[in-house]
Amino acid sequence: MRHSRTRAGVALPDILLAASAGLLVYTAYSRIKERRSLPGHPDSAPGRTSRQSRYGDYAVSGRSVTINRPRSELYTFWRDFENLAQVMDNVDSVVPDGEASLWTIRGPGGASYRIRTEIVADRENEEIAWRSVDGSDIDTEGKVMFRDAPADRGTEVEAIVAYVPPAGAAGQLIAKLFQREPRVQGRREMKRFKMLMETGEVATARNRSSD
Amino acid sequence: MRALTYHGKHDVRVDSVPDPEIVNPRDAIIEITATAICGSDLHLYDGVIPGVMNGDILGHEFMGRVVETGRDSTLKKDQRVVVPFTISCGKCFHCMKQQYSACDNSNPAEKQDLTEPLYGEALSGLFGYSHLTGGYPGGQAEYVRVPFSDVGPIVIPDGPSDEEVLFLSDILPTGWMAAENCDIEEGDTVAVWGCGPVGLFAVQSALLMGAHQVIAIDHYPNRLDLARKLGAKVIDYRRTHVLEALREMTGGIGPDAVIDAVGMESHGMAPDNVVDTVKQKVGIGADRGHVLREAIMAVRKGGRISMPGVYGGFLDKFPTGAFMEKGLQWRTGQTHVQKYSHDLLRRIQEGDIDTTFLISHRLPLEEAPRGYENFHSRQDEWTKVVLTP
Repeated sequence: MRHSRTRAGVALPDILLAASAGLLVYTAYSRIKERRSLPGHPDSAPGRTSRQSRYGDYAVSGRSVTINRPRSELYTFWRDFENLAQVMDNVDSVVPDGEASLWTIRGPGGASYRIRTEIVADRENEEIAWRSVDGSDIDTEGKVMFRDAPADRGTEVEAIVAYVPPAGAAGQLIAKLFQREPRVQGRREMKRFKMLMETGEVATARNRSSD
Repeated sequence: MRALTYHGKHDVRVDSVPDPEIVNPRDAIIEITATAICGSDLHLYDGVIPGVMNGDILGHEFMGRVVETGRDSTLKKDQRVVVPFTISCGKCFHCMKQQYSACDNSNPAEKQDLTEPLYGEALSGLFGYSHLTGGYPGGQAEYVRVPFSDVGPIVIPDGPSDEEVLFLSDILPTGWMAAENCDIEEGDTVAVWGCGPVGLFAVQSALLMGAHQVIAIDHYPNRLDLARKLGAKVIDYRRTHVLEALREMTGGIGPDAVIDAVGMESHGMAPDNVVDTVKQKVGIGADRGHVLREAIMAVRKGGRISMPGVYGGFLDKFPTGAFMEKGLQWRTGQTHVQKYSHDLLRRIQEGDIDTTFLISHRLPLEEAPRGYENFHSRQDEWTKVVLTP
């Protein structure tokens, strides 16, 4: 079978490939140029939706969900960190450790991390913020905020987590591949939190408890 | 138990698999007494829906007898129920708005990762319809686990037979919602592409909703006959120029509403369809949209497009210009089954709606692979297959 060739003898797929590569480079260049020329006024969007996703050593991610339950109920559930293992797949356990909480978390490739957190802000039915303290395997902080949703939609819950990836950007990428990265986990956890609060259970397609 | 499982394109088998059990508090286990092969199962059979894995149990049209209930189920043992193909929690924002097929909570969180990047929002859970919609085992089996059993299943009183009510699970409410999405007014003409089960129920529903005339379009003589018997006028697209005929049959105005009851695997040798078919076969483009394009061209200015047909990906050459310049409205979506169940059951009981005319073949579950093969390749005679375990 003959391949279609242009008069110059270059295969058509090569031209397409070169053209797309050129387009990609041009687009990336324009984006960088555009970002540099942006005026200093930030927009209304939350900082974590910025095209810049690293702040110093910290990787920041967050997720909002609207949950059709009253604020107080959601706050109360979250305030007891031991409850969170029910909706957080990679959290093996959370146990009280004096004033602090001791988290055991699964990382990529069977790794296990221990994190001690203490609460740094606690406003009833509004906000809980925490930070890792000495003796933690990972440097992390986070907060969750509860606001009334408009009309009768329940509560808007917004969780933000910042952490220093244990092996830098490469470690973050590896964690992502193993689906143990906070951005991936956070998305699922907020959805499971919503499921449990709204329906009383976490959805599963398993046909048997042992599956 | 025995169950119909997927093993690759055009390869489904009846295998022995473990029985389901109660996993969550609102679950129920149903012993299947009747189940059907749906036209949309053929998209799975053809391998054009991603996220189907070997061994997945198919089937989303089913009914049966309650044999076990979880702590928070409201069903009682031995009740006869029809189960909607859409899995809905009944508690989230969308369910409260009766947009049951948009339920936030029925697709397991880890499965939602697949569709959120693809569609901008994660899909809801469906029975037996790929891991994009949860990977829930389907009902072409002896038993099925039904989550949120206090919201989905409708209890059937003594009286109507299984065959009379089975299609409450999907195709009857789907045809009904397709007609409802046409906002039919007095004097309206509704044109329906595709005389498969959904198209035929859309024909029946549009006439019940007071359409002046319904025009059904297909190329299978037997299926066109079924549409004619329901009271529709028919167009055989192999014989007739569809656009010209529709204009001439509506006094030059065009149909007020059009229904695409075909979806992503349209037939025919129109040039755009041939190109789409090639792209679908090599895995780029995904959707074949000949019917949708034709429907948009056919509908009158200011008219309505209703699209119950299933699409999964992207469509080329979408006539954006015609859509905007003619000022059209477009409504679609998976069916909000639970919204329609009770009203449609009453209409069946009162004899307004007949569903059994559709059934061409009845097979034991063990012969389901033969059912798939024939429903797929002999569509004229095989209009609907009902399986009994």
